[in-house]
This record gives sequence, structure tokens and C-alpha cells, in this order.
Amino acid sequence: MIEGITVYDVLAVSTIIFFIGIFGFVTRKNLISLLISTELMLNAVALNFVIFNKFLYPGQIQGYVFSLFLIAVAAAEVALAIAIIISLYRMDNSVDADDMDTLKG
Amino acid sequence: MGDFTYTIWIFILPIAAFLITGLFGSKMPAKVSGWIGTASITVALMLALRTAYQYFIQVGFVEGHRPTVFAYKEVWMNFTETLTFDMGILIDPISVMMLVVVTFISFMVHVYSIGYMKGDKGYYRFFAFLSLFSVSMLGLVVATNIFQMYFFWELVGVSSYLLIGFYYDKPSAVAAAKKAFIVTRFADLGFLIGILLLSYHAGTFDFMTLVSEDGPLLAQSAPPVFMGLSIFGVALSLIFIGGAGKSAMFPLHIWLPDAMEGPTPVSALIHAATMVVAGVYLVARLFPAYHGVDGGVVLNLVAWTGAISSLFAAIIAMTQDDIKRVLAFSTMSQIGYMMLSLGVSGMEGHHGLGYMASMFHLFTHAMFKALLFLGAGSVIHAVHSNLMSDMGGLHKHMKITSWTFLIACLAISGIPIFSGFFSKDEILVAAFEHNKVLWAIEYIVAGITAFYMFRIYFGIFWGKRREYHHTPHESPMVMAIPLMILAALTMVVGWAIPFGNYVMPDRMAYHGHIEWSLAIPSVAIGALGIFVAYIFYFKETSLPEKVSSAFGQSYGWAKDKFYFDEIYQFFAHKMMFAGVAAPIAWFDRHVVDGFMNGVGWMTETFSYLLEGWQSGKVRQYGFSFVAGLLVILFAVLYLNGFIDFKG
Repeated sequence: MIEGITVYDVLAVSTIIFFIGIFGFVTRKNLISLLISTELMLNAVALNFVIFNKFLYPGQIQGYVFSLFLIAVAAAEVALAIAIIISLYRMDNSVDADDMDTLKG
Repeated sequence: MGDFTYTIWIFILPIAAFLITGLFGSKMPAKVSGWIGTASITVALMLALRTAYQYFIQVGFVEGHRPTVFAYKEVWMNFTETLTFDMGILIDPISVMMLVVVTFISFMVHVYSIGYMKGDKGYYRFFAFLSLFSVSMLGLVVATNIFQMYFFWELVGVSSYLLIGFYYDKPSAVAAAKKAFIVTRFADLGFLIGILLLSYHAGTFDFMTLVSEDGPLLAQSAPPVFMGLSIFGVALSLIFIGGAGKSAMFPLHIWLPDAMEGPTPVSALIHAATMVVAGVYLVARLFPAYHGVDGGVVLNLVAWTGAISSLFAAIIAMTQDDIKRVLAFSTMSQIGYMMLSLGVSGMEGHHGLGYMASMFHLFTHAMFKALLFLGAGSVIHAVHSNLMSDMGGLHKHMKITSWTFLIACLAISGIPIFSGFFSKDEILVAAFEHNKVLWAIEYIVAGITAFYMFRIYFGIFWGKRREYHHTPHESPMVMAIPLMILAALTMVVGWAIPFGNYVMPDRMAYHGHIEWSLAIPSVAIGALGIFVAYIFYFKETSLPEKVSSAFGQSYGWAKDKFYFDEIYQFFAHKMMFAGVAAPIAWFDRHVVDGFMNGVGWMTETFSYLLEGWQSGKVRQYGFSFVAGLLVILFAVLYLNGFIDFKG
């Protein structure tokens, strides 16, 4: 562990990553960018698990295990999302999120 | 006292027949449903006869009185600790007599219908309804309490409705069925209010408690509350309105002539012999109460209603052309006799003659009127018309129908040996001893009755020989045999059954004798009526037209039934519909519906405002989601004191 780095510093990093994700999710139009943004948010959360485990309960491993689960879930989710994006692309010949409004009620 | 528990089978069998033919009738051959219905009512008849034998002969008198036996009595509903609604079987003289009458006439009608309804597409439906009617009527007559009676009372109303509207593709039949149901329902409203008043103030539904001498009605005298009647008097009057409606008493009679739209066997069973006498039976059932409460004032109402009805109906019957309508008005007239007879009766010994005569007339009338209707059905079957103007000279074509019809006509005219003479004579004696005016009315009606009955007899079987499309032929044996059985009984029951021995209000034996000083004049006026009808109608003459035109306008009034239908129509359409129903309908359509439509309109408009939010744009959703999340986050932090905007 690097000396002088506190839990606040690492939390600041994860928070920054998380909001970068949100910013990207709101501003980008490309579906792939949106997917990347959600992955950023997910990773920020996974980082939080590791940090809290490290600093608050050093003797236990639940946080680490949970972050491993998160990675696995994220992988599965990406596979699904990519599949959806590809089929949308085949349908509309576009990956622009503003072109998609099939969810409209 | 003997075991009467087997009487329950009298009900179970027709119910079973109703369920089987009603549910599976369409899947089995038509004949089978007829046989099932007939078989069940045959066994029920046997059991009813067995009950009568056991009750009247084997049990006989207990300490000088005919006892009351409860074959069954089960609590059906608990209203309060003391007020329960029971279902049961009450065995006493009049209920046993009615059991026999209902099952016997029902049996005859079943057998007759096998021939009459042959080839009808609703064959199984007809027999299912007949079974339903039989069981309802039987339940009515053995009711242990007034609520059970009301229950079955409505059931007979329903089966009557179903059977009048049996030919439901005929608009007139549907209208007649509705009319019968609505008019009797309207009368039953009085019945229901009467029951509620009576049970609220007496604390019981039970017939035996209501009529017992130390019961709540007769033991204490309640103060007058309305027009000199006590609360019990009011209740009994209301109950009588229900009975008058069912028995087609003036002025609630308008449904009975129209009810003739039903198949003729139904008219014989329901609208002549059994259901329409339910009102008489009801008054007889509560007779000690009617007699005792308020010194019998209500009983006078009964007597006068009966007298007016019988005169009124007899006058109309003289002018009608449809033979079934003549018989319908004649039924109304004869029920008027029964009501009057109850109305003039007392309780003890010889004073109870009216009650006995009423029940006796009910008994004999059931047979000869069923015979008349079945005979008329046989004629209609042959001629395919209800109208007397389409008939004539049928005697040589239909010997059996003609002779049996003649026997029934003689019976209803009160000619000795035939059953009607004996019962009508007792009624006239009872009326004479009570009130000369009532007697005079009934005496005249006896003459009119003989006239109009022989008017249709001569009109159908003699009179002008008509040309028919095909020669009318005698009905098949399955229809002719019931006619012959009923005719034989009509000749026998009057003198063979010492009715006073069986049915009296005080339940002791009474040995009546024929009062020849009154019987001879009444036979004379009957014979006069027949003679006049003979002159008018035996051969085609112009006499009837001359006489009817001599009456001028009043003949037309009678022919149009004194415009009672039109009066009701006026009240219903001009006053009820225009005055009450139309404003209520307006209120419903504009205020009640308007409020509901307003609620719908508001929801719809509001949701159009929100519609834009569901754009289908994922990024917009994401933004809303994140923004909302942040708002909630900061709100929670602020509320918990983590953020202080004041610094």
C-alpha cells in the first residue's frame, strides 16, 4: 500500500469515474459510448467495494468477492448490450441513440 | 301419529326430473324427457295419495281434532335469536288436500302434454318447466311458515312466467309473460311488506304460532294504527293484496286473460287449477288470523273482493270470442266464489261452512276447470284456432271431447250429481247466512256462468257447421284418456267425498246436508242460463246480435274488458313513465353519468399532458433518472443535516 493515500483520496477517484460515466451517458449519442459510460459507472462501484473492504474491514474478503461478481455480471451485460446494439443497427442502419424511439408509448 | 318423513320424496322426484330434463334434455331423445317428467310426477301422485290415506284415514282425529304434523322442519336462515326462517313440510287437512290436487292435476297435464306438445321443438324445455312448477307449487302448499310460502310463491311466479312465454318467438307471448310477472310481482310487494310487518310485530313467521289462539295475533288486541285497523290488520290486508294478485282478483286480474298465450296444458295446470288458487290457499292458511284480528274486518274485504271479481269476470266472459279467454274469466269468477266463501266464513261448527265450501270448490274446480282447458286444448289442436267464430259443429268429429266438455260445463253450471253443484251450493248457503247482498250477487253470477259456459259449448260443438281446411279429428288417446278420467271424477267427487269430514276451520268433523231451499233456485237459474244459451247458440240465429246491439254501448265496454288494460296503460305510461321514470332517467343520464364521464375526461386530459415524457429516447430517460436521483440524494442529505445551505 502506498503511504499517505487515504480512503478519501481513493473515494474521490471512484466518484470522479462515476460522474464521468454519468456525463458520458447523458451527453453522448452513440450507443457504444453509452455502453462505455455505463461500464465506467459500474467500475466505479466495483472500486468502492474494494476500497471499503480494504480500509474498513481489512480481515474480510466479501468486498473483493463482490467486485469479482460485478466484473462477471458486467461481462455478461456487455455481451447482451452489444447484441442488442447490433440488431438495432441491422434494423435502422444507425447506432445513434436519438434515432431510436421504439420505446415510445 | 305416524311417520310422514317419506313426503320429502314428493319434492325430490320433481326436482330431480327438472334437473335431469333441464340440463341434459337437449342431449336425449325428446320422448325420454317427457317420460322422465311423467314418471316422477306419477310417483309423487302415489305418495301424495298415500299421505292423504294415512293422514285422513289412519291418523284420523286426535282428541276430536285433525292434528298438525311437521314431517320436516329445518332451520334455513337465522335472522335473530328468536326469528328464524325454516323450511319444512306441514301436514294438515288443507295441505294434504292441496298435495293431492296439485300432483293429480299435474299428472293429468303431464300425460296430456305428451300428446299435445308432440313435435314441438321445446318439448324437453316444456317438461323441465312443468317439473319446476310442480315442485314450486308443492313447496308452497306444505310451507310451515309464511316466509317459506313467499319463497315458493315467487318460484311459481317464475315458472308461470317461463311457461306463459314458452313460445318466446311470439311477441304477444313474451309481452303476456312480462305482464303476468310484473303484475303479480307488484302485488307481491304488498305481500312482502305484510310479511315484514307481521313478523316484526309478532316475532315469528310460523303459521301455527300465528294462527294459534294464544299466539301474538289473537291473544292481545293491538291498538288501531290506520283506518281503524290494528297493525296486524294492516299486515293481513297487505298479505291479501299478494294473494289477490296471484289469484287474479279485481283489480289485479289483468294478467290472467293474457296468460292464455301459454300452451293450453299450462293454462290448465297453472292458470286454472293450481297456481291461481294460491291466493285462496294463503287466506285459508291464515284463516284464524283473518277471522280473529280486528273482529274480521279484513275478512269483509276478502268477501267483497271475491264477489266483485266474480260478477265482473262473469260479465266479461259473456262477450269474449277467444275460448281460452272465456275460460280465463270463468276461472277468475270461480276464484271469486272461493274468496267470497272464505270471507263469509266463521270458525266453529256450522259457521265454518264457508271455509269448507271454499276448499271444496277449490278441489272440484281444479278438476272441472282443468278438464275444460284440456278439452279446449283438444279442440284447438284439431281446429288450429282459439276463436269461437272459427268453430262450430264439432260434435260429430270429436265425440270424446264433446261429451267430457259437456260434463265439465254441467259441473261449473251447478247441475246436480256433477261436482260443481255440491261445492257451489255450500258457498251459496254460507253466503246466504252471512249477507244477503253477497248471496244475491253470487246467485246472479251462477246464472251468468251457466249461460257463458253453454255459449261456448254450443258454439264449439253445435251451432253452424263450418267448412274446415281438413276434417277435424279426435285427439290421440294419450290426450283423450286424461279427459275421460277427469270427467269421471267430476261426476263422482261431489257426492262421494264427505268433504266436511276432512276440512273444517275448527278441524272437527262436520256433516253437512244439501239445503234444498237454496239449492233448487240456484239449479233453476243455472238451467235458465243453459236454456237461454241453447236458444241463442244451438242453431245459428241472429238473436245474439240483436240482443247485444240492444245493450248498445255497454256491450262494447264488456267486450273491451271495461278498459282495465287501457287504464293501467294510462297509469303506467302517462303517469309512471312520464312523471317518475323519465325524470329519473334524465337525472341518471345527465347527472350520474355526467359525473362519471367527467372523471374519465379529467384523467384522459391529464394523461395527454404527461404523454410527452414517454419519448422513447433512452438518453432522455437516463437524464431524468440521474437528475431525479441527484435531487433525492441532496434532499435526503439536507433533511438529515449533512448539508447546510445557510453556511
